[in-house]
Amino acid sequence: MSVVLEVSGLSKSFGGVQAVDGVSFAVSAGELLALIGPNGAGKTTCFNMLNGQLKPDSGEVALAGRRITGLPPRVVARSGVGRTFQITATYGSMSVRENVQTALIAGHHGEWSLMGKATDKHQAEADALLDLVGMRDQAARACGVLAYGDLKRVELAVALANEPRLLLMDEPTAGMAPNERIALMDLAAEIAKSRSIAVLFTEHDMDVVFQHADRVIVLDRGKLIAEGTAPEVRANPQVQAVYLGTGTTYGAAG
Amino acid sequence: MRLDRRHFVAGSAAALALPTLVQAQGAPPIRIGEINSYTAQPAFLRPYRNGWELAVEQINAAGGVLGRKLETVFRDDGGKPEDAVRLAGDLINAEKVDLLAGGFLSNVGLAIADFANQNKRLYVASEPLSDALVWGKGNRYTFRLRPSTYMQAAMLVEEAAKLPAKRWATVAPNYEYGQSAVKWFKELLKAAKPDVEFVAEQFPALGRIDAGATVQALEAAKPDAIFNVTFGADLINFVRQGNTRGLFEGRLVASMLTGEPEYMDPLGAETPVGWIVTGYPYQDIATPEHTKFREAYRARFNDYPRLGSVVGFDTVMAIAAAITKAGTTDNEKVIDAMKGLKFMSAFGPVEFRAIDHQATLGAYVGRTAVKDGKGVMTNWRYADGAKYLPSDDVVKTLRPQ
Amino acid sequence: MEFLVIQSLNGLASASSLFLVASGLSIIFGVTRIVNFAHGSFYMLGAYIAVTIIAAIGGQDALGFWTGILLAALIVALIGALVEVVILRRIYAAPELFQLLATFGVVLMIQDITLAIWGPEDKLGPRAPGFRSFVMIMGSRFPSYELFLIVVGPVVLLALWLLFNRTRWGTLVRAATLDREMVGALGVNQRLLFTSVFMFGSFLAGLGGALQLPREAVTLHMDLAMITEVFVVVVVGGLGSITGAYLAAVLIGLVHAFGIVLFPKSTLVLAFLVMAIVLVVKPYGLLGRKPSGHAARGQAIPEPLLSPADRPTKLLGAAVLAVLILLPPFLGDYGVTFMTELVIFALFAASLHFVMGPGGMHSFGHAAYFGLGAYGAALAVQWLAAPMAVGLLISPLAAGLAGLLFGWFCVRLSGVYLAMLTLAFAQIAWATAFQWVEITGGDNGILGVWPSEWAKPKLVYFYLALALAGAGIMALRHLIFSPFGFALRASRDALLRAEATGLNVQQLQWAGFTIAAVLAGLAGGLFAFFKGSVFPTYLSIPKSVDALLMVLLGGVQTVSGPIAGAFVFAGLEEQLVRITAYWRFVLGLIIVLLVMLFPKGLAGSVLAWRERQSGDRS
Repeated sequence: MSVVLEVSGLSKSFGGVQAVDGVSFAVSAGELLALIGPNGAGKTTCFNMLNGQLKPDSGEVALAGRRITGLPPRVVARSGVGRTFQITATYGSMSVRENVQTALIAGHHGEWSLMGKATDKHQAEADALLDLVGMRDQAARACGVLAYGDLKRVELAVALANEPRLLLMDEPTAGMAPNERIALMDLAAEIAKSRSIAVLFTEHDMDVVFQHADRVIVLDRGKLIAEGTAPEVRANPQVQAVYLGTGTTYGAAG
Repeated sequence: MRLDRRHFVAGSAAALALPTLVQAQGAPPIRIGEINSYTAQPAFLRPYRNGWELAVEQINAAGGVLGRKLETVFRDDGGKPEDAVRLAGDLINAEKVDLLAGGFLSNVGLAIADFANQNKRLYVASEPLSDALVWGKGNRYTFRLRPSTYMQAAMLVEEAAKLPAKRWATVAPNYEYGQSAVKWFKELLKAAKPDVEFVAEQFPALGRIDAGATVQALEAAKPDAIFNVTFGADLINFVRQGNTRGLFEGRLVASMLTGEPEYMDPLGAETPVGWIVTGYPYQDIATPEHTKFREAYRARFNDYPRLGSVVGFDTVMAIAAAITKAGTTDNEKVIDAMKGLKFMSAFGPVEFRAIDHQATLGAYVGRTAVKDGKGVMTNWRYADGAKYLPSDDVVKTLRPQ
Repeated sequence: MEFLVIQSLNGLASASSLFLVASGLSIIFGVTRIVNFAHGSFYMLGAYIAVTIIAAIGGQDALGFWTGILLAALIVALIGALVEVVILRRIYAAPELFQLLATFGVVLMIQDITLAIWGPEDKLGPRAPGFRSFVMIMGSRFPSYELFLIVVGPVVLLALWLLFNRTRWGTLVRAATLDREMVGALGVNQRLLFTSVFMFGSFLAGLGGALQLPREAVTLHMDLAMITEVFVVVVVGGLGSITGAYLAAVLIGLVHAFGIVLFPKSTLVLAFLVMAIVLVVKPYGLLGRKPSGHAARGQAIPEPLLSPADRPTKLLGAAVLAVLILLPPFLGDYGVTFMTELVIFALFAASLHFVMGPGGMHSFGHAAYFGLGAYGAALAVQWLAAPMAVGLLISPLAAGLAGLLFGWFCVRLSGVYLAMLTLAFAQIAWATAFQWVEITGGDNGILGVWPSEWAKPKLVYFYLALALAGAGIMALRHLIFSPFGFALRASRDALLRAEATGLNVQQLQWAGFTIAAVLAGLAGGLFAFFKGSVFPTYLSIPKSVDALLMVLLGGVQTVSGPIAGAFVFAGLEEQLVRITAYWRFVLGLIIVLLVMLFPKGLAGSVLAWRERQSGDRS
């Protein structure tokens, strides 16, 4: 399997507090890597440095061998990174299909076109993506009125629109019912495998992590303390200490 | 006779105002369209409108003009020239007025004048002071009653030139009127007295004077005398800070319009003493025509007239005189009649000059004083506007021929 | 040296007056998120009420005078509470520009109420007992009352600090400023808190007004003169920051005091220039913080689905267009003139809607582009003797260039700060037109901008305006549903998401801003030839407010809303002026009622009603 994302020595501090400290890891095509750790461990900071929202103090981020360190989010996105947000972000004044079409327009560099109707663009592609996430039957509905789980699926379709090589998912199942969580992650895993997309996700729900992650990395106070398959990480005494020490237990976290 | 609303109003007004007058009943009234910034400048325009209505009542009671009664359609432009233009169209097209009148702000006056020229309709500008109205932008269809910025500045220069002061400072609101007043005052005073110098000038934003800082900046230049053009709230703030900070002590001040009750009354006991001003000493003018006007005004409104009342009154009188002279309301004929028209104003005889359509209405020039806690003018004289206008040759260069 | 010291003291005295009023506005904004246009009106009421009370109780002695000042401030606080309870409380959930609109309605009402009660003449208040004279400072006479004011500013600042840090109420206010939802969660009576905050802010405004008595005339123009200055102070200081407000007041006070010495003819522009510079360098003001969470979004109501016109709407549009084409020949000159104005305003409103609605940028200075378009045409006619066709070509170009320049700075901000920066640029443009007399003719404007001979008949000009404005509006409608329009709307709906799909949000917004400016410029050019003259009022705040009223009355969230709004607003004003001398009161009342009854605007409400109807059927 080819390495898609390679992170080395990534560091960031805020006013003397070392939020992320020399973190290195890699994700391969078709692989699901979970990034876990207690609150304040530096997951979000780490995430935001990968997608360009934050500039790292030092370290490198490379996408398929190309350096993308410190590039703005839209450039990172254009180089083949899709993402979903912890609090779902969709275009509220558009229908489900229009959301995907708008993402496709952006993916095809069509946003500067003043001619024609946006709703006529990339219809087939949009419908295919909606089929993929099982939202085709709700294509005409406004995003503002969707159930939360459906909104997550739309977001997934939007994130997949520009055929990313890497998918970043920040707390993808936050706020969902347990059975919905499994369904969403099943879907994500299936898409990742079939399309050879590398997936990096942060997650609170350990059931989700252990069921879907090919590998797990654990952050604590900015440092990477463990890496391995789910059973390996679960057995790691340091990880146990971190979680038990903060009073958080498996399954109950989040 | 078609009985529509307009005729009905005219009829009932006639029934109320002049039961003895029968011949006016049949003839349609002469309609004047009047546009002014009533909501934006109420302090000046309420007395103006009173004066206007007084004149209309008097004329109608005396049988109207050409046997027809005068009727006015008032419109409020809210201080916006573009609205004034729209309202002018409304008055001409929808209200079918015979002529236009009014205007207080210069830009409103200029806008209506340009509209009048474009639409070939007579416009009698009452209050706007801008010189451009009859000179730079003068046109066949526009006449102006009040003494202009140039005339008022010239009246003050005459007095200022008599003073020993050599170092002058000026303070004026930062818009066309203030800038023109300062420009003319400097030019005319230098011509009259070449050894004067101007050592400081302040142009506070209209209605937003930072009075303390302005007074201090003038004080720092140590002038012998000051030429003031601020008015209204700016004047009040300027005077109060100037009094406290001693700016006016040992200095002469020549001040535009300050003797008008509109501007002097709010100053009350704090009215500065000894300023040379143009204005309107309504208490003391005892000419028969003024006494008659003042007493009629007092009887009608239980108040004393302001300068605006005189302007409103005289505008109507001028219009009536012009239509009477023309013998018709046909615009072109009335315009020809207005050129060189002589009529009796509350200040005495006035003529609309044929050369530039400016009336020779004058102003009173005198010194300020305080009497019974109220500002008054003393040692005043009537400055006839005819004497404070440039020669005809100069006017010809100023006005498009 | 002496001059420097005295002039600094003058600046500090003005700063204290500004600060009193600004702190109230800032506190109110911090908690309720309402940009209260009526704050200047409370300031004015404070002054008027104080004059009356002091005259009634005899303010020659110190006790009477200071009692009068305090009583006036308290009465204004009660009036503030009344306004909050009757009007604002009902619209906290509305978008912030609607709230602004409602408070502007209150401004109009208070203007006429004040005129009715106190009459039109300026009032001169009494001097303060004990502070009637002066002290000598470095050989100059300096009014002792100004010294008193210099002290008042920091004292009030300290008092506010103690209030906010040492009392429970103050702590709640601070908490609410940081996070409105949190206070609700704490089980505090939010209504009471909001009302008390509004009362307190109004009290400060009233106090500021009353304390002006000994130094300034009391006039009917105080309200708007003050509110623009205070907006500047609050924004420069950082919204919600009291200390920032004081710093900004001192900055503005000093800029004024020294500005009149250095640039005596540029006094109008200085404060706004300072604001523009501060916002460009520090986008959230001197001590302001980047708004987070809820406040950052600015909009509490989720955007409804924006869809192209359906059949009934299209039919209605076609019918309106048919009327516009067929009716005018039968209307007579005035009717045609009125329709021409409506058509031009509709384009102006549509261009503002484009930048506010799909663009998501709340412009408070859109008149700048309308006015620059008008001036572009007029200057071409005046200085280049250009014919109308050339003038009408130059208008959108001139406005577009300004949009390109100003927009570059504006799109770096969002929310209220963006609105204030657009206002600052508009004021700079206005002041330039007003003060650059040699070129623009100053406030006397440029006259003689009449159409070419063939377009002079009113009916011909109407059809010209209809054709160009109609084309402009259709182009905007088309753009909204084009890929560009979708990308722009995506940027508004979810900025991070748009960026994460590769969209360059700032560039899209910059382009959207410029397009709106171009079409506003075209409207301005049409307006210039229609009126035959241009004036600085075309670029002034009231013109921007007119456009906002049209858009908001019609509804931001619909495409046809602004057109309906333009027709309703212009028609309403035109009729009201004829009916009553107190038309401002009636207009203000109508605005307030419309905001309360139709928070989605007229077209938005019709749409919602139709949706409910069809929902019931299905």
